[in-house]
Amino acid sequence: MNWWAIAAIYRFEMARTWRTIWQSVVSPVISTSLYFVVFGAAIGSRISEVEGVSYGAFIVPGLIMLSVITQSIANASFGIYFPKFIGTIYELLSAPVSFLEIVTGYVGAAATKSLMIGLIILGTAHLFVPMQIQYPLAMLAFLTLTCLSFSLFGFIIGIWARNFEQLQLIPLLIVTPLVFLGGAFYSISMLPPVWQTITLFNPVVYLISGFRWSFYGLADVALGWSLLAILGFTCLCLGAIWWIFRTGWRIKN
Amino acid sequence: MATMISVETVSKTYASGPAALTDVSLSIEQGEILALLGPNGAGKTTLISIICGLTTMSGGRVTVGGHDVITDYRAARRLIGLVPQEIALEPFERVQNTVRLSRGLFGLPRDDGYIEETLRKLSLWDKRAAQSLELSGGMKRRVLIAKALSHEPEVLFLDEPTAGVDVELRKDMWDIVRDLKARGVTIILTTHYIEEAEAIADRIGVINKGEILLVEETAALMKRMGQKQMVIELQAPVDAIPASLAKYDLSLGDDPCSLVYSYVTQAGRRPGITALLSDISDAGLRLRDVQTRQSSLEDIFVDLVKEPRA
Ligand SMILES: Nc1ncnc2c1ncn2[C@@H]1O[C@H](COP(=O)(O)OP(=O)(O)O)[C@@H](O)[C@H]1O
Ligand SMILES: [Mg+2]
Repeated sequence: MNWWAIAAIYRFEMARTWRTIWQSVVSPVISTSLYFVVFGAAIGSRISEVEGVSYGAFIVPGLIMLSVITQSIANASFGIYFPKFIGTIYELLSAPVSFLEIVTGYVGAAATKSLMIGLIILGTAHLFVPMQIQYPLAMLAFLTLTCLSFSLFGFIIGIWARNFEQLQLIPLLIVTPLVFLGGAFYSISMLPPVWQTITLFNPVVYLISGFRWSFYGLADVALGWSLLAILGFTCLCLGAIWWIFRTGWRIKN
Repeated sequence: MATMISVETVSKTYASGPAALTDVSLSIEQGEILALLGPNGAGKTTLISIICGLTTMSGGRVTVGGHDVITDYRAARRLIGLVPQEIALEPFERVQNTVRLSRGLFGLPRDDGYIEETLRKLSLWDKRAAQSLELSGGMKRRVLIAKALSHEPEVLFLDEPTAGVDVELRKDMWDIVRDLKARGVTIILTTHYIEEAEAIADRIGVINKGEILLVEETAALMKRMGQKQMVIELQAPVDAIPASLAKYDLSLGDDPCSLVYSYVTQAGRRPGITALLSDISDAGLRLRDVQTRQSSLEDIFVDLVKEPRA
């Protein structure tokens, strides 16, 4: 393993985060506060409790997931798309590094940033609603795994994208709807039976359900399925990236 | 001398378009400066990209320092520094940080002393804290060189280092190259300027349409390629070259009123134009005009292709 290379990529990518740290921190804080005002106050006044948890507290895990998933994809896809776009990728391709090292550096940095944002949102949410976390370690593990797997996914999008529009396309058209429909702001059990079944085909449901369980011990689907879903997704992304580097798809001629 | 880079029957066809390289074989000696000379689209960048790992070859084999660039890519790439043709730098990052990144990527621990030395040598030390976007084009190219040198490579590729660079910077670039050679670095540079190849290369490889036409010592090649012609226009037609001018390499021009004198300009070799002109007037011929032309790269390719290859 070329550890120095991993460290160098990681540090270089994190430098981008530190350069724009205020934007990175301020925007999630503001958007979280807005969600609380809109969802918490407007909807929460009609739905007081979901399965014994106040609505404001109930949406916190979904809200964190929404931000963390979006941020992971955005950070990682931009992180690798930008060198492709400005041409600095030549250096990565000519360096004695393996795909595993490149991915570790880029995805590690993207995931770190979204993990930080996830924790900031958690802190902000805490200011709005009182809540307790039943399984803090499980919560951190779920959060970290989500950051990692969606950063991997973002990395793939960044390599696939040929322009900035394509970079936005998948998050906008697929991921955001899946997250919104994945029970970020409601419990699956509140849906009519037919929709409950359809919803089970949405992979994000499993992530949010597992994450929410770590907060309140409540889950829409069995915990095992949640773990399986996130690990499966991670493996799928890793496999795709391995194939990309082996064939040079969209990076080498 | 030991072979540093060996390219064996490498070919490349891009997904779109005809072959960019056809059966290219080339051997580069340790410590030499090799210039790859060829017009745009000849395949110079493609060849470099294949050696450095940016492009996959369609066939053939390449080793650097004895290491196969595909099966043993880590060992091969560790030896190589690459300065690409197109300037590519992270716009907001500071010079020193981008150079540090390069060193790390090549698997070396941080060494600010060495990086300082490199930046100083390239007159970049004052700019170490500048963002790339604040730098002029020439400075950016120096940063690319600093990045390529950051891991103390044994082989340096410079892809058209002086294209679009002003005269002064070009001279600087040549000095940098000579200095690296003095330190034992093997250097491969591409250019489409004959003068540039002549000025700094030990050997010149001529490449056109994806084929290496020849690789030869610079001095020997310049003797063949650096031909100039002087067209002497006369006031009256001549049917034959006067006997008194037989000692010159003269021929009749296309126009009956002209003579063509072929000569080689090289340091230390006087073409004897003054003597020729005075002999012409002694022979009773009267001049109307004189013009010289240097064989262009294209002419040279035509000549090379016509000549049987050595
Ligand atoms: N990425 C690419 N895709 C398709 N064709 C390419 C690509 N890069 C170069 N070529 C073609 O390959 C040939 C050699 O190009 P190149 O190696 O860039 O030449 P040079 O560096 O000598 O100017 C040219 O015909 C060029 O059009
Ligand atoms: Mg080129």
